[in-house]
Amino acid sequence: MKKYIEMFLVFFKIGAFTIGGGYAMVPLIEAEVVDKKKWIEKEEFVDTLALAQSSPGPIAVNTAVFVGFKMDRYKGAFFTTLGAVLPSFLIILVIAMFFRQIKDVEAIESAFKAIRPAVVALIATSVISLSKSSKLKGKSFIIPIAVALCVAYLKISPILFIILAAIGGNLYMARKGGSKK
Amino acid sequence: MIYLKLFITFFKIGLFSFGGGYAMLPLIQTEVVDANNWVSISEFTDIVAISQVTPGPIAINSATYIGYTVTNSVLGSACATLGVSLPSVIIMLIICNFFFKFKNNKYVENAFVGLRPVVVGLVLSAMLLLINKETFIDYKSVIFFLLAFFATYKYKVHPILLTLVAGVLGYFIY
Repeated sequence: MKKYIEMFLVFFKIGAFTIGGGYAMVPLIEAEVVDKKKWIEKEEFVDTLALAQSSPGPIAVNTAVFVGFKMDRYKGAFFTTLGAVLPSFLIILVIAMFFRQIKDVEAIESAFKAIRPAVVALIATSVISLSKSSKLKGKSFIIPIAVALCVAYLKISPILFIILAAIGGNLYMARKGGSKK
Repeated sequence: MIYLKLFITFFKIGLFSFGGGYAMLPLIQTEVVDANNWVSISEFTDIVAISQVTPGPIAINSATYIGYTVTNSVLGSACATLGVSLPSVIIMLIICNFFFKFKNNKYVENAFVGLRPVVVGLVLSAMLLLINKETFIDYKSVIFFLLAFFATYKYKVHPILLTLVAGVLGYFIY
């Protein structure tokens, strides 16, 4: 039982501090699940994110399902997912019950003025560590940069790139394998 | 029955929310504002604003909030939240099953060779999207960014600690 409580608590912590949603939690998951608990390896983390992106729904929930499943199949996934979802559920429930006007609370707004640029810095650090663990070098940097520009500014759906990447990876390896022979 | 309706509507939202985050806002708006009249457009804008200053995915936040406001009960909140989370959990479990069975398969391995640089690009796109006028409001924002980057990259300061310190600094400076 101790293991399940630990899994629940780690993802509860991740859920409670994922501000900005989506990829803002990547640095936090990396710090907790990869660096501290070593539940998944650095190289495996990139693959985890790829899978999390292939399923609909929040990256936070999908990553929790993956890590939990890897550790202890369905039971593990249950505890990690519950942990990831519960903090936002509880916080929003309290807001819906008591303070519908939280956006007007000036103190929170001031705090967020400094938190937002800090979150950008956290994600920047993650981008660097992810490109190291996926062993990007030289010309292959063109791929992430092109994908990032297309998704951010041309609003092309990420799922399209996921599909193209899976096909592209196979074509590339087939050609590489073929030229060796 | 309203609880079932909440569950089904949010299940549908959860099922079609590829990409997560703000990509799903138009879909949520269509369902809860236009189709079901559960909240007004100005209330919906408030929910988005609240989601920006609270942790957690926007899909879950709006499900929890709308589930409560529509029924005035925690059960309504729970039905909507369960509905929005369930599709991703089910699909993700199927993907996990497949992945752990076939991760040493040649084609799956090759797919990941292509996927890795793309994932780096997707995280980078999230960063680019945050570089806007709401995040960088003045020169102080740039200083916060640089200090935070230095702290995490060079000194590996934990993200939670960094967020808390930034919040306190923001409170006193702004």
